[in-house]
Amino acid sequence: MSRLFLPRDAAALALGAEAVGEAIAREASARGLSVEIVRTGTRGACWLEPLLEAETPAGRIGYGGVSPGDVPGLFEAGLLVGGAHPKRVGRPGDLPWFAGQTRLTFARCGIVDPLSIEDYRAHGGCEGLARAVAMGPEAVLEEIVKSGLRGRGGAGFPAGIKWRTAARADADRKYIVCNADEGDSGTFADRMLMEGDPFLLIEGMAIAGYAVGARQGYVYIRSEYPHAIRTVRAAIERARGAGLLGADIAGSGFGFDIAVRVGAGAYICGEETALLDSLEGKRGVVRAKPPLPAIEGLFGRPTVINNVLTLAAAPWILAHGGAAYAALGAGRSLGTLAVQLAGNVARGGLVEVPFGLSLRALIEEWGGGTASGRPVRAVQVGGPLGAYFPESLLGTPLDYEAFAAAGGMLGHGGVVVFDDSVDMAAQARFAFEFCAAESCGKCTPCRIGAVRGMEAMDRIAAGTEVARNRALIDDLCELMADASLCAMGGLTPNPVASALRHFPEDFRSAAQAAE
Amino acid sequence: MRGAHVASMDQATRGKASNTGLPAPADAAQLEAILAAHADSEGALLPVLHAVQETFGYVPAAAVAPIAEALNLSKAEVTGVVSFYHDFRDAPAGRHVLKLCRAEACQAMGGRGLAERALRRLGIGWGGTTANGALTVEAVYCLGLCAIAPAALLDGEPVARLDGPALDVLCARAEAP
Ligand SMILES: Cc1cc2nc3c(=O)[nH]c(=O)nc-3n(C[C@H](O)[C@H](O)[C@H](O)COP(=O)(O)O)c2cc1C
Ligand code: SF4
Ligand code: FES
Repeated sequence: MSRLFLPRDAAALALGAEAVGEAIAREASARGLSVEIVRTGTRGACWLEPLLEAETPAGRIGYGGVSPGDVPGLFEAGLLVGGAHPKRVGRPGDLPWFAGQTRLTFARCGIVDPLSIEDYRAHGGCEGLARAVAMGPEAVLEEIVKSGLRGRGGAGFPAGIKWRTAARADADRKYIVCNADEGDSGTFADRMLMEGDPFLLIEGMAIAGYAVGARQGYVYIRSEYPHAIRTVRAAIERARGAGLLGADIAGSGFGFDIAVRVGAGAYICGEETALLDSLEGKRGVVRAKPPLPAIEGLFGRPTVINNVLTLAAAPWILAHGGAAYAALGAGRSLGTLAVQLAGNVARGGLVEVPFGLSLRALIEEWGGGTASGRPVRAVQVGGPLGAYFPESLLGTPLDYEAFAAAGGMLGHGGVVVFDDSVDMAAQARFAFEFCAAESCGKCTPCRIGAVRGMEAMDRIAAGTEVARNRALIDDLCELMADASLCAMGGLTPNPVASALRHFPEDFRSAAQAAE
Repeated sequence: MRGAHVASMDQATRGKASNTGLPAPADAAQLEAILAAHADSEGALLPVLHAVQETFGYVPAAAVAPIAEALNLSKAEVTGVVSFYHDFRDAPAGRHVLKLCRAEACQAMGGRGLAERALRRLGIGWGGTTANGALTVEAVYCLGLCAIAPAALLDGEPVARLDGPALDVLCARAEAP
């Protein structure tokens, strides 16, 4: 029997993977061929989806951008043995787009059947947890500290310190919470991992639970990700059956289990304390810190709350050692970063590379420039609260400190490219509008400031008292940055001020522009 | 497609319930079952509300009191949570729901103009439902399909690389009575 691989990641489905699968089944049966179609996650080259692969003696041969109409021709060309065809891309791993990456966290994504624990084990899965339970909790904490792993949700806080704080806290119960709210626009790495390699997240959470002494984990997934929710739920069931979760994980005598909770369309619930309130069944309102969640978190108990990618980095670190992880990267940003290349870009997708690559290399070498073919004018990095960079800042290396120094932030690694048709005044207005819509309402600078900022932007666009309204925006930005309780209000000035600073020509009124 | 199915069942059965303002006996039994299924889970309000909305297509006002009682909360707390989250509706949606991404990566690919045009053609605003009750269009901020923007979810199924004609086809299909 011949084997084909076809992604069922939401991005592949959005581009018609389901219809391709049906066409293959039809064509194979019409030809009397017996073909097994393995549904995988995506390798992350969204620009090549649906990426169909055939298992051949020379390895897996890919065919990119396949549509149902291509299928008869593909069979005619010898799809099952990797035959020549205009859509043939060869072995995907040999494409420069993949060969130039360092896949640690995303090593299996797009290659394995996401719900096959046998596949997972055959590709190195479960080794991290096995080593963890062999070395004991204290040594696990040591490895994570040594790896230099920093939180991938945005703030870049050292994971080892957080775990150790929760481990040292004394309590009747502790929790591991995975932040899978992935609200930042331009990001999809968490989704891709949950749909393509969910056992890795489960293993990472089990390692965290074992290290800090937590027996219950929650994965809080945004409702906008129905496919990820289904896949993680199914994977948890299977992980229980395989002893990766349950009363005795990996033969350690330690019990750990996970439940999925679904968000309800509130961006602020990605903020860790709002997320905890939401998990408790409340409105997602930000809590004042201290107390730190690691000391008093979910239901008042010590809680490690980490992003999906932070937790998913743990198995590799445990399997290969903290030092091996720390050997990659730049400055104080160690290991690999999963960059999500999005927006107006020719070859968008997930690029996992050691920290330190420049934004320009990423956009030009991986992205292949804009999708529209027009010049790049602005790049927003780090989600809706991230700064807009002009062309002159594209030399900035992907590194937490370097981005901060350039007035931006790396956040969750989302890179959104805009061509020269972008109206930066509209982008700045949107930043206020988004903050107004998604503010939790707890503090005035954010709740009121965002609405006033939006109004001032409208008056500038209408040419009403432009200078006065620009001054008002400067004041609002200062107030929001200084006096907001959390980064929602505190960082909204980032996109606004960077747009004003780097693209002032877009903020003249229509009347001024006509002069 | 599940959402669509639930919503249409909703249209067929909901009229009486909203006349009385109380859940019909069959609905009350369904609500009971949802509450019983979540009796042992901690912080169960969001899972309960999701289940209620999946079953009834929205969170009926008459469901608030029984939910509050079962979870040992005040009615104000439950109402406060329902109103805080964008996902929860206090009235049924159209038979189909199109969630159109309004966030930056989709903006970079012309999503803003695309959405405005579609809403104008349908004669509704964000969150509105077409006059024939067929289609509700909701704003979402990112669907994780940012590398193949502009993107949307129609009844939970992802669509991407949308342009004017593609969106017209989607809307026309969904709008058909
Ligand atoms: C407004 C706001 C939204 C956030 N959204 C997310 C999110 O969607 N996912 C995430 O992992 N972290 C998000 N964060 C960061 C979390 O508060 C927190 O730093 C993170 O969950 C900690 O995990 P980490 O150390 O592994 O990054 C957000 C923060 C703010 C202020
Ligand atoms: S800054 Fe905004 S989102 Fe953050 S706590 Fe204040 S009101 Fe809530
Ligand atoms: S910004 Fe539209 S899908 Fe992410």
